[in-house]
Amino acid sequence: MRQYFGRKALIYALTFFVAVTINWMIPRFMPGDPIQGLVARAQVADPASVDAMRAHYTNLFGLDVPWWQQYVNFWAALLRGDMGISIWAFPTPVTDLIIRAVPYTLGLLIPAILLSWWAGNRFGAFAARRKWLDNTVLPIGYLLTATPYMWLALLLAWTLAILAGIFPVSHAYSFAVQPSWSWEFLGSLAVHWVLPFSSLFLVMFGGWAIGMRNLIIYELESDYANYLQALGARSRLVRGYAFRNAVLPQITGLALQLGTIVAGALVTEIVFSYPGIGHLILQAINNQDFFLLQGAFLFIVLGVLVANFIIDVVYTLVDPRTRIRMQGNAV
Amino acid sequence: MGLRVNDLKVYYQTLRGEVKALDGVTFAVGDGEILGLAGESGCGKTTLGKSLIRMDGRMRHTGGTVELDGAELPIGDDRRMNRFRFSEVSIIPQYAMSAMNPTRKIGKMVADLLESRGLRYRNLAGELERRLDLVELPREVLGSYPLELSGGMKQRMVMVISTLLDPSLLIADEITSALDVSTQKAVARTLVGFRDRGFVRSVIFITHDISLTYQIADTIMVMYAGKVAEKARADVIVNAPRHPYTKLLISSLPEVGVRYADRKLAGIPGSPPSLLDPPTGCRFRDRCPLAHDKCAEEPPAVEVEPDHFVACWKA
Ligand SMILES: Nc1ncnc2c1ncn2[C@@H]1O[C@H](COP(=O)(O)OP(=O)(O)O)[C@@H](O)[C@H]1O
Ligand code: SF4
Ligand SMILES: [Mg+2]
Repeated sequence: MRQYFGRKALIYALTFFVAVTINWMIPRFMPGDPIQGLVARAQVADPASVDAMRAHYTNLFGLDVPWWQQYVNFWAALLRGDMGISIWAFPTPVTDLIIRAVPYTLGLLIPAILLSWWAGNRFGAFAARRKWLDNTVLPIGYLLTATPYMWLALLLAWTLAILAGIFPVSHAYSFAVQPSWSWEFLGSLAVHWVLPFSSLFLVMFGGWAIGMRNLIIYELESDYANYLQALGARSRLVRGYAFRNAVLPQITGLALQLGTIVAGALVTEIVFSYPGIGHLILQAINNQDFFLLQGAFLFIVLGVLVANFIIDVVYTLVDPRTRIRMQGNAV
Repeated sequence: MGLRVNDLKVYYQTLRGEVKALDGVTFAVGDGEILGLAGESGCGKTTLGKSLIRMDGRMRHTGGTVELDGAELPIGDDRRMNRFRFSEVSIIPQYAMSAMNPTRKIGKMVADLLESRGLRYRNLAGELERRLDLVELPREVLGSYPLELSGGMKQRMVMVISTLLDPSLLIADEITSALDVSTQKAVARTLVGFRDRGFVRSVIFITHDISLTYQIADTIMVMYAGKVAEKARADVIVNAPRHPYTKLLISSLPEVGVRYADRKLAGIPGSPPSLLDPPTGCRFRDRCPLAHDKCAEEPPAVEVEPDHFVACWKA
């Protein structure tokens, strides 16, 4: 068991190393010159001042040393928690921008992931034993999962925000209120949260519900369920077993879905101008702010790795089959 | 008193119509008797076994009665049947290898099952352990997951679970098909041992392997296309069969001790009729070397000797 997790940890560490390296490379090969943009923003005409500014910025961002030095410096800084200075929000450190954005992204993602997973599984299991529910829910579920996320988000924004005016269309809170721990601010935060949250929730909910429904039906037709029923076990016991066994693949599914969920959050934040990591990424791309881009990507990679590791551990703990295989012993 | 099955009809509902898988089957199994059920694949053996304990969703009880120890079994009523399952009628399924929930410890699963039937695990734990000793399973299996047991161990575990409440009737459907020859023998011996110790009163032992049936069954019943062809003491069926189908079945065995498995019988050309729309008269008529005009009428089962029933005009 320890050996297993040791190996896993090594794989995760390796993945992280490769991800950081690629992360470092990509923006440096991006078309366009960010320094040029920054200099242009200052609107100085004098060529001598332009050259001086350029030299100053290049030095400031550490771009005046050979690439390998830049790479080593990048790692050294990273380990100190320093991801450089943003070009777009110059001179705010990237770390600060990310720390400010993280609560919004997590506040959107974690409830959406966990609640949709929980509700989807419950609902799918419930639908599996009601024919009429099954017949109505299944097509709706398929429709939900098949809808491109962008459409769904736009549809929600258009109907509930623009047409019905129930919820605000964008941003995390109204600019009329000051961020503070007041009820007014929290209320504003909540109504702004509903639409982006619902769009993420709905898309994932459909997928989980359908998956669970199919898994439960499969489990209820399995041999152990038949055996128990032949011996007159109450259906509550059989359903209980089926549910527990069907949840296991859903846990793996959760791990696999995480990557796409992060991408989904990106689109959500863009559609609803929600100031999370996705929003930062959009700004970074528009402003060729590769430090910010690096920071944001790094955060996502870390998030996905950590989440996967947690799910890995949880899975081995809950499924006796993997546990036994790992120990590799029989009675 | 045992089991009495009277003119039992069980049909499958399919899109193409009713499959008459059991079409008027009558027989009895006495106390302490092991009845071997034989016949080609598709003749209705599994359907009969399932009918006596739990019909699947597509099966319909269309006629006939089943009586166990003098009480009628409500086989067509899934709910009312529950009371009889496990305690009165039990089954060792064909799929013993996967009959136990893979994610639950075996002891826990048994406890769940017993509690679900309103029984206390604690009251039966002692007996359960004694029976594990008897089939030479270490008691630790109760704390293991099914995955940790070998095939033979799982088979024995399921046998112990199925018979824990001392059912009056036990159905064993192809329980040896998945095992190697030496394990098959051991399983068959265990079954006889259970009967001898009174864990089960009567047994219906379904198998393709007529030679194995011969070793443990007191009586053998041969089915053909949803009907009983012949039923008699095991040695009579093997040594002095009267029905042309039984004769061909026995003669197609090169010698006792060789399995004929699931292959089509070499000695009998043709195949059984479709049970969707079975022909009138004797269902074996197309393939029978002795068929004659009379066979257009259905032959009744006749007791040609005491306890020897044959459904054939020529018997
Ligand atoms: N679920 C089902 N639906 C329709 N027909 C079935 C079904 N199961 C079995 N049958 C038919 O019923 C007949 C008897 O099958 P079965 O009892 O499984 O035979 P055996 O166990 O002797 O091989 C066969 O003709 C088979 O095709
Ligand atoms: S009744 Fe006729 S067809 Fe049927 S087995 Fe006897 S002889 Fe053959
Ligand atoms: Mg069968």
